Amino acid sequence: MSEQQNNSAAKRPEAVIAARDLTKRYGKTSVVDAINFDIAKGEVFGLLGPNGAGKTTTILMMLGLTEISAGRVAVLGFDPARQPLQVKRRVGYLPDAVGFYDHLTAVENLAYAAKLMGLGMAERSRRIAAALTRVRLLDVADKRVATFSRGMRQRLGLAEIIVKRAEIAILDEPTSGLDPQATIEFLDLIRELKAEGVTVLLSSHMLDQVQRVCDRVALFRAGKIAMMGSVAELSVQVLGAGFVVEVEADGAGIARRLAAIPGVGNVETLADDRFRMTADRDVRADAARAVVAANGALRRLSVDEPSLEAIYARCFQVPQSGGVRDAA
Amino acid sequence: MRREGSAFQGVGAVFVKELSDNISSVRMLMLELLIVLTAMAALYEAITALRQNTAEDPFLLLRLFTVSQAPLPSFVAILGFLIPLMAIGLGFDLINSEHNRRTLSRILAQPIYRDALLLGKYLAGLATIAISLTALWLLVIGLGLIFLGVPPGGEEIARSLAFLVIAIFYAGVWLSLAMLLSIVFRSPATAALVALGIWLFLTVLWPMLAPAIAQAIVPPDPRFAALGLDTPGTAIWTQLLQRFSPNDLFGEAMLAVLSPTTRTLGPVFLDQIRGAVMGAPLPFGQSVMIAWPQTVGLIACTIVLFVAGYVLFQRQEVRA
Repeated sequence: MSEQQNNSAAKRPEAVIAARDLTKRYGKTSVVDAINFDIAKGEVFGLLGPNGAGKTTTILMMLGLTEISAGRVAVLGFDPARQPLQVKRRVGYLPDAVGFYDHLTAVENLAYAAKLMGLGMAERSRRIAAALTRVRLLDVADKRVATFSRGMRQRLGLAEIIVKRAEIAILDEPTSGLDPQATIEFLDLIRELKAEGVTVLLSSHMLDQVQRVCDRVALFRAGKIAMMGSVAELSVQVLGAGFVVEVEADGAGIARRLAAIPGVGNVETLADDRFRMTADRDVRADAARAVVAANGALRRLSVDEPSLEAIYARCFQVPQSGGVRDAA
Repeated sequence: MRREGSAFQGVGAVFVKELSDNISSVRMLMLELLIVLTAMAALYEAITALRQNTAEDPFLLLRLFTVSQAPLPSFVAILGFLIPLMAIGLGFDLINSEHNRRTLSRILAQPIYRDALLLGKYLAGLATIAISLTALWLLVIGLGLIFLGVPPGGEEIARSLAFLVIAIFYAGVWLSLAMLLSIVFRSPATAALVALGIWLFLTVLWPMLAPAIAQAIVPPDPRFAALGLDTPGTAIWTQLLQRFSPNDLFGEAMLAVLSPTTRTLGPVFLDQIRGAVMGAPLPFGQSVMIAWPQTVGLIACTIVLFVAGYVLFQRQEVRA
């Protein structure tokens, strides 16, 4: 792990997941190789990388579903290998292409999981009804899951996490294979979870979706975390700049005032009234204030947010495509 | 390292769900239908034969289980053949179906140990078979009462109950084997084929192979052959080898429990015959003592197969 990553982790409050030299080996091959990361409470954290990079194996180790070869991971302070029930009581898991019992209805599937959670009948019914309402499946609650689309199944999986009232939701490729509308709905549900203070760990190939919901991401390559941080941080690290803000305004000394804004790295004058700034954050509000302070007239203000796809493409030397290709 | 919590947490929930699935499944219905029809045919033949000597036999009810009339074998022999089929039918996809449905990781992400899933599924399978066999047992008793018109005595009921218990243990062996194969093989079809192959080998081929192997170990003595007798060493080896088949153990235990005159299941020695009143029935307790080693053998076989499956399942990575 880099110095920067260590410092970044040290500043974060209350890590609910902390991995130290976490390793998984099959024979002599390390599929997860001494990775370190911290995830803070309430954070949406993305695991990103090509197939076989070690994302799912990392998740399985966190849940105690596969043995850890070396290192350790603490989930809400519990060791998944020694205290799996404590971890599983607090963590909800939505696997890639989640499966349900097709011959059972949505309610029956959730009731079975709720029984395994140890919930009593009254509490079970209450939570299931609330969760199905939340994921907009109440009208098909008594229909067999065999008739459900993939998007509905994914939402049902999320309902299970809601029934559990999980403190951490681990979602493995949750939007894979969903149509655009279902994807948008699912991402909204993830944002709702975050708003309630649930920590979300999201593994995905979909770079744009990860960027839309994640506070920070870790880029996996060949079992190692190649980079970790917010998209803006990674952008500065990889592309040399994060946000590119263009300002079109009249006024005296605008370039000087824009350059004085904290976080602005460079100001390029494109024309007499056009400026391009690179910054490590979105500085549009500061730029507007700077133009007003210079008694200028602001005509246009635009920002190019850093793209995870561009970062990924630069980092792994792959052509930009909208998804992750295997760079190994 | 001591685990936190109970390994049995969640067993009840898994048991109830699996039992409900088993009882309502079409597969189970077909298996039950097959067993009931075949058993009823054997029972009808037995009742027809027994109606001629009703007053003479003190264990008439037990004869319902053991009497055969060509072309059908006895009720017990049919069960010895069909119980494994029922157990394999219930167990060949216990675990691999969860993999294939991609439900395993979701279920094991709930606060339960793998033990609970395995034990709940196994007990539900065994309970399903036990319910079916109990229903069949009650049917036999009821039909015996109706068609023979003789109420069963207390010892007959006790012996037939012993039959029921041993039959459930016998089913347990095959269910354990099927569950083990469902853990080893991800494809239910492969697990089913291997289980059926083992069943056919132990039921059909092994009784033929065992004497041949015994003769290779202890060649028959021509002096015994000249007297029309089996060589004792060869006979002992044959029986020993045949007892590797659960079918053989079940058959021997049934013979001891359902035929009160059975005094030994192996070669008869002189000291066993001394003082015995030949043809006189043994008390129930003595018959159980004779069947006890076979019963323990069935239980031991169940435990060995279950533990093998348990160890494999605990070490398996759950990805689906």
